[in-house]
Amino acid sequence: MRTIFALAGVVIKELYRRKDFYVLFILTIVICVIMASVNIFNDNQIVRYLKELCLLLIWVSSLVIAITTTARQIPAEREQRTLLPLLAKPLTRTQLILGKFLGCWLACGLVLICFYAFFGALAASREHAWPLLSYFQAAILHWMALGVVIAMTLLGSLVFAAPSSNSTICFVVVATILCVGRYLDAVALSLHEPLRSVIYAIYYAIPHVEIPFEMRNLIVHDWPLIGWKFIGLDILYLLAYMAIFLVAACLVFRRKPVN
Amino acid sequence: MNPARTLWLLLVALFVFSFGLAAKLQPQFQSLESTRRQSANFFSLLLGDSSKIFANSFFVKADAYYHSGYYPTIFDNNSAFQTPHIAEDTGAVASHNQGAEDIGFMGPPRDWIDAFGRNFIPNRHTHLDEGGPTDDLSKSSQVREILPWLKLSAELDPENIQTYLVTTFWLRTRLDKVSEAEQVLREGLRNNPGNPQLFFELGQIYDENYHDIARARNIWEAALRSWAREEPDVPQSDRLKMTLENFDDRFMFEQLQTSLALLEEKSGNTATAIARWQQAILAAPSTADMQQHIEDLKHKLAEQPSPASSK
Repeated sequence: MRTIFALAGVVIKELYRRKDFYVLFILTIVICVIMASVNIFNDNQIVRYLKELCLLLIWVSSLVIAITTTARQIPAEREQRTLLPLLAKPLTRTQLILGKFLGCWLACGLVLICFYAFFGALAASREHAWPLLSYFQAAILHWMALGVVIAMTLLGSLVFAAPSSNSTICFVVVATILCVGRYLDAVALSLHEPLRSVIYAIYYAIPHVEIPFEMRNLIVHDWPLIGWKFIGLDILYLLAYMAIFLVAACLVFRRKPVN
Repeated sequence: MNPARTLWLLLVALFVFSFGLAAKLQPQFQSLESTRRQSANFFSLLLGDSSKIFANSFFVKADAYYHSGYYPTIFDNNSAFQTPHIAEDTGAVASHNQGAEDIGFMGPPRDWIDAFGRNFIPNRHTHLDEGGPTDDLSKSSQVREILPWLKLSAELDPENIQTYLVTTFWLRTRLDKVSEAEQVLREGLRNNPGNPQLFFELGQIYDENYHDIARARNIWEAALRSWAREEPDVPQSDRLKMTLENFDDRFMFEQLQTSLALLEEKSGNTATAIARWQQAILAAPSTADMQQHIEDLKHKLAEQPSPASSK
């Protein structure tokens, strides 16, 4: 376990040495501050459009950071020829995969803390309220969804040849799930066999990361807290998908030549 | 002929030709540019006519905010949301909604993922001016949250009268921002000069909020003149015929005449009020109540001592 955490620490250090996060964070702040400065009928309590924009930017930024950071982990080790010495140490291939995953996931967690702190401050500046539990629910599910995306991207980095192709495919898949994942069953109902069964199979097979994504509406419009039972169930559901992708990644990596 | 000299002459000829062409085209181009500048704002220049599609999307977005995010997508049954409720509630548009809005557009859950996912999205019909998701009526001023989208929609499609009317309604009646509502209407009139609907709303502000009867009367009379100028070749009797096609025309005429009649009653000009009511009857679908009211006013007028007898 200590080896996995040591490897994860290296990934986290890599994230704060790179400029991706800083650029996206500053960009989010600048866009939100500019939008907040717009005068809307001399009413400075209007906040929901800002909250929606800010949460959307947080989701986009966090997905960019998660996918681009994860997609280059193993290909970079291979290109720099550090993979073989790394595996020569007392480190199994499974530990390497888990270390890389944990590093990327924790790094995304740190990123989310910064983003959600800014979001909370922005909302409080207009609303004068701190619905911290709602923000916590949103952030924890967001982090879990990112975990699924990271595990999927890690598997992709072992299947696809280049980090660029892996990133592009992951972005397309995640964007599709976020936009239409929830409605695939409704689409399937309007189709004839065998296409109906194919769409249904896809609907049940994909990880529904759009559930945390669509939770933004509850935060934006100040809906009451979601029952903790449902939060727990969604966390278990997303953890199961993380495990599936990680097991698949370990199996693929075991048969992969190191050089 | 010296080839160098030929080339020089050709160059001079081309220069003269291009100068002449530029002199010919420049005035036309200038007039085109000034027309464009007058008619188009930043968004129209950037997006062209597609800005109207975006404007409509943002108008619908305002309605989604009015429902605190509980809003159908293209995959849901949206028969109860054909006409945005923010517009329906103002009375500025005719409703095309079918079915009770309280019955959910989602229907029963299709499967366990759908059922589970519904715990993470807005799943109850609420209106912001009735307290939103918390049902707390003290928070009814939260309806202000629809305003950014209405403002953006008006900027994208400055010729859409409905956006100005809806924005004004919420600003004036629910948020008590009369001055801002007036500014919106004046902006609308700058973009749509002489529009009778905008004039009518402006008159209402002067009558109900500023209690400036004289100015309200002037504005409504100007609205009636604009209404007549809209179709100068069509006789008034044709425009007031009871057909579905001219519903908007009739409705506007009736509203203006009724408002002016009430204004005259308030001012004590009973004879003028009777004349206005008689005009309003021409456009009204049911006239019994108005007829009775006119009779009452006539009795009242008859009971009043004439100026000559009082002397």
